[in-house]
Amino acid sequence: MDFAFFLIQLLNGLQYGLLLFLVASGLTLIFGIMGIVNLAHGSFYMVGAYLAWSLSSLTGSLTAAILLAVPLTVMLGMGLERLLFRHLYRRDHLYQVLLTYGLILVFEELRSVLWGDDTHGVAVPALLSYSIPLTDNLSYPVYRLAISGVCLLLAAALYFLIQKTRLGMMIRAGASNRDMVQSLGIDIKLIYTLVFALGIALAAFAGMINAPLSSVFPNMGSQVLIICFVVVVIGGIGSVKGAMVASLMIGLADTFGQVLVPEVAGMIVYVLMAVVLVWRPEGLFGRG
Amino acid sequence: MHKNEKIGYDRREFLKGGTAIAAATAAGVLSPTGIALAQQAKLRVGLMLPYTGTYTPLGVAITNGFKLAVQERGGKLGGREIEYFVVDDESNPAKAPENTNKLIQRDKVDVVIGTVHSGVALGMAKVVRETGVIWINPNAGADEVTGPLCAPNIFRTSFSNWQNTYALGKVVKQRGHKTAVFITHKYAAGEQMMSSFKDAFEKEGGKLVKELYLPFPQVEFQALLTEIASIKPDAVVAFFSGGAAVKFIKDYQAAGLKGKIPLYGPGFLTDGVLEEVGDAAEGMETTLHYADGLDTKKDKAFRLAYVKAYKLQPDVFAVQGYDAGQLLAAGLDAVKGNVGDKAGMIKGMEAAKIDSPRGAFTLSKAHNPVQDIYLRKVVGKQNKVMSVAAKALADPARGCKA
Repeated sequence: MDFAFFLIQLLNGLQYGLLLFLVASGLTLIFGIMGIVNLAHGSFYMVGAYLAWSLSSLTGSLTAAILLAVPLTVMLGMGLERLLFRHLYRRDHLYQVLLTYGLILVFEELRSVLWGDDTHGVAVPALLSYSIPLTDNLSYPVYRLAISGVCLLLAAALYFLIQKTRLGMMIRAGASNRDMVQSLGIDIKLIYTLVFALGIALAAFAGMINAPLSSVFPNMGSQVLIICFVVVVIGGIGSVKGAMVASLMIGLADTFGQVLVPEVAGMIVYVLMAVVLVWRPEGLFGRG
Repeated sequence: MHKNEKIGYDRREFLKGGTAIAAATAAGVLSPTGIALAQQAKLRVGLMLPYTGTYTPLGVAITNGFKLAVQERGGKLGGREIEYFVVDDESNPAKAPENTNKLIQRDKVDVVIGTVHSGVALGMAKVVRETGVIWINPNAGADEVTGPLCAPNIFRTSFSNWQNTYALGKVVKQRGHKTAVFITHKYAAGEQMMSSFKDAFEKEGGKLVKELYLPFPQVEFQALLTEIASIKPDAVVAFFSGGAAVKFIKDYQAAGLKGKIPLYGPGFLTDGVLEEVGDAAEGMETTLHYADGLDTKKDKAFRLAYVKAYKLQPDVFAVQGYDAGQLLAAGLDAVKGNVGDKAGMIKGMEAAKIDSPRGAFTLSKAHNPVQDIYLRKVVGKQNKVMSVAAKALADPARGCKA
């Protein structure tokens, strides 16, 4: 591997990591702030992807599909929080695991009934549907770069929301002491509903913008779910900053692992997780 | 349909009762009273296929094909009506022995048809080897099934993983490519296809310069595509299927490699995905035991009948299911429906020349099709046949001692 290709692999790794961050950030938010173990996170990713596919084939434009689908997923998140999740905040994690595992089955079945079991491709928006030549035989798809840009923007927006705004302050306060926040006259229920909807929308949005790259297929959510849990555990539960660092680490480890040690590439991210957990059991940025 | 099944059940119960009285034994099975009674009972066929999950369309196509073969024989095989016992194997290897046992022990099927997933098929092989029930495998290509695990009662109507890529190795060399890279998921099917490609390609004087593996079922190809660009081989050979194939073909184009380094593969790479990949697959050459545009009388008739029966276009999986039905028919015809004569049935199946839509084929000693492998080219939305890449290719059946 010469230097130029090393740089390209570096870019590949960062780009993959940013994408992982987008899915994992919603999981870590819901996990960390509300204490909900959401196994159905991958299902929301899948719902986003299928919405992007069906709406973009209806409207003929992925952008229009995303604009339509994001409000839908926010409503879905708020509805589920009110109907189901709200009743489980004070219960043991086992109840949440049972509920969200049930949701995985429900969403898979609904997907099968509504959209069928076939694989579908989603077209890259025409504006971004070209590649930049990097070497004599390799080009880089512009859509991948655009996704990385969107991921970075969203990461910055999340950081700003949680660290710099009044709402973010309430969210953080709610995470550390729900009862105290409530007795100060803040509508903690509403805040929880919002955070949950935000987490769901982030997962679904990741599914939408990634649909042209990953294509759309049954069980796509479960693949994403596992790697997201690895990200959340390495980064420290509830830490958005941790999720970012862990995503990039995994993106790079996976990319270089595949190229340098292809025989054991499948294990590398899990070895990384084990090493981090031995060194810092609470994760890189966990609160211990 | 449901009503008929009910009647059949009652009749069998009645027969059972009669037999039991006659033989004065509680274990009233049909066989002791002889052929006459047995032939009137329905033939019990177990279908163990995926009806949920990613492989659902394949399971359905195989089922449709099998039933079409039965319908064409007036709904009877060897003069006997069929009763189906269906198990969804969920493509879950962990449940394979249990599911196979359900059919054999609980439902007492005379023959098992299945399945798609190779891991599940290996689990089935274990059980059918122990019980001796006749098993026809209409898809799963694991070399072991007609290799180390081969047995007199184990048959396959599809392909072995070895076959398609062995033919491909020669084709790629004939195209003038001296070096190649093989890329696939890290699992048994991928490794078996890679190794037979390597055998054939290097025998002809080519060099497989790198084997690239991706953990199953990941589909993030970017790092490996970059690696391919840096190696600069004369040709790339890929094995992926379904969603992974769609994504790989598209990514290959987006990475600018299409048109610079030609991409080949076993036919699974471009089967059933052409609607989704658009023009990214145009011109790709693949090898498979079936193709579009074969234009034979049998293939045309089959396609027409299939479309008429199911309002769907048949694919290679439907063909394999159809041939499983044809093979079973040959076995039963040989013994006039007397399924108790297992040796005679096996003999009949071994001797059969199956008039398949893919072209007639016979079975090897290990019971795998000895078949033509076609070279196909993606033209529009079709895998058009170009030529025969390997004539009557037989799997070497390495490790088969039966």
